[in-house]
Amino acid sequence: MVQTTRAFHRALHRYAVFTACCTLVLLVAGALVTSNDAALSVPDWPLSYGSLTPPMIGGIVYEHSHRLIAATVGLLTIILAAWLWRSDDRRWVRWLGLGALVAVVAQGILGGLTVLLNLHYGIPVAHACLGQLFFGTVIGLSVFTSRWWRSDLPEVEDRGSPSIHTVASVNVGVIFLQVVFGAAFRHRDISILPHLIGAVAVLATATWTAVLLRRRFASVGALDTARILLHSVVGVQFLLGIGAWWSRLATARAPQPMPVMVALTVTHTVAGALTLACAIVVALLCYRLVARGREAAYERRQERAALS
Amino acid sequence: MKVRNAVGLAGLAVLTLSPVSCGKKETALDADHPSSQPALPVQPVDLATAGSIIGTVKLDGLAPKRRKIDMTNDSACASAHPGGLLDEAVVADASGDLANAVVYVKEGLGDRTFAAPSDPVTIDQKGCMYSPRVVALMVGQPLRVMNSDQTLHNVHLVSQENRGWNRSQRPGDLAIDTKFDREEVAIPLRCNVHPWMVGYIAVFKHPYFQVTGPDGRFELKDLPPGTYTVEAWHETYGAVSQRVTIGPKESKPIILAFKPGAAGG
Repeated sequence: MVQTTRAFHRALHRYAVFTACCTLVLLVAGALVTSNDAALSVPDWPLSYGSLTPPMIGGIVYEHSHRLIAATVGLLTIILAAWLWRSDDRRWVRWLGLGALVAVVAQGILGGLTVLLNLHYGIPVAHACLGQLFFGTVIGLSVFTSRWWRSDLPEVEDRGSPSIHTVASVNVGVIFLQVVFGAAFRHRDISILPHLIGAVAVLATATWTAVLLRRRFASVGALDTARILLHSVVGVQFLLGIGAWWSRLATARAPQPMPVMVALTVTHTVAGALTLACAIVVALLCYRLVARGREAAYERRQERAALS
Repeated sequence: MKVRNAVGLAGLAVLTLSPVSCGKKETALDADHPSSQPALPVQPVDLATAGSIIGTVKLDGLAPKRRKIDMTNDSACASAHPGGLLDEAVVADASGDLANAVVYVKEGLGDRTFAAPSDPVTIDQKGCMYSPRVVALMVGQPLRVMNSDQTLHNVHLVSQENRGWNRSQRPGDLAIDTKFDREEVAIPLRCNVHPWMVGYIAVFKHPYFQVTGPDGRFELKDLPPGTYTVEAWHETYGAVSQRVTIGPKESKPIILAFKPGAAGG
């Protein structure tokens, strides 16, 4: 299906990218809180020791910094949602912006409940997972507001089965499930076994996606780049996972979180978010560039009708 | 599937992904809450026939090297230990005498009930360490947590059987007073501002318990004659137990030994 050229707002797109970058910083800050076991270093919420400027010592540095960055990202998201609502001519993008706003507010509430309920009821896991979904949403908004997405792009046909859309979507789902297992292990709700099995599953679905992209769409530049990026990110994340696990075992008897363990587990967690974001982008590119089965069949019927 | 539908489904998935994992919720309205149970009369021990179990808790092997604690994230803590401080997870002397083990009667007391002392057991936060590291007290006996440091702490009780909580305690703040309703061996006490700060609280329904000092020794006295299971618990090595029979006025010596490599050691 041919896309007509629509209005592109450069400033809005750049702002969306900026918000995504700030969200990545927020993910780092959140991971530092968990790896340093600092989540409960500030027992009250939303203030910190009854103040906006608590003494910045020990674990309070990580927890309070995380709250400040989260508040900043919240404000950025409010502006982004409002700007999208006013400026974007696509109804679904405007609603997605609102969805991002709802997600960031829910994140704030979950973060507060994490503290007030002393890490119980699986709330830290929900907070971790929603944080990564929110990041994926903001990445998506960055893509949707880009000049590239809004320009006329030739579509290619996918005659294979299952369709690349299905495979790329399954890849996103499996990676998100792996994020859930990782968060549940990190917060000591489950053993590491599901996360190890999930790593193998992610390797499988990412490889499957990459193989199909190469076989069916090697000549499509954007999809070829996406394939290389997906393989690279998943490979690096797998190695980081091994490093993070080793660091946990090596420092299990240490009296406090050790720098090597903190560095590797934080990097692995944030790279997990980037892996999910990359998978989401790959899926979006597939939906944008590859005609879906029914649409392609309709186009072929129209062409045959025009010729006859 | 359209992109917007996928986004909506993902949001729904997150909202439904909340496995319940928490310590025991406790309300006075629960049927099995201790305060809901009728109080049983205290049965006095006949001291004319009471005996004791004495002994030592030992580490049967090489103790792990104690690691230095990095307190640089709070200058008030670092200045309290200018020569540095070693962690206290395993404290054993050259003879293998193990400190900070909780020794207690696990079985053999039957349905006997005992009155809890009114004197509080006190934990102080001194030099950014919980002092003492391990305490034991009875159900209903007061616990007092103080802060003698010139820095703030958060006192985080990570309980499975009792109600957990997390409170801040600044320099000069009043002591935190609390009690426990259920037996639990042992409740971790944490400070998340200073992640090396760890303590343990063991709670019992009876008075036959002791926390070993540097010499690893213990004495469980005023025990009625009978057969008991005596257990020693340690934060790193888990638990070991032994069955002991004491006669009238008998003092029976035992040794409870942990092996390195047991539990988390």
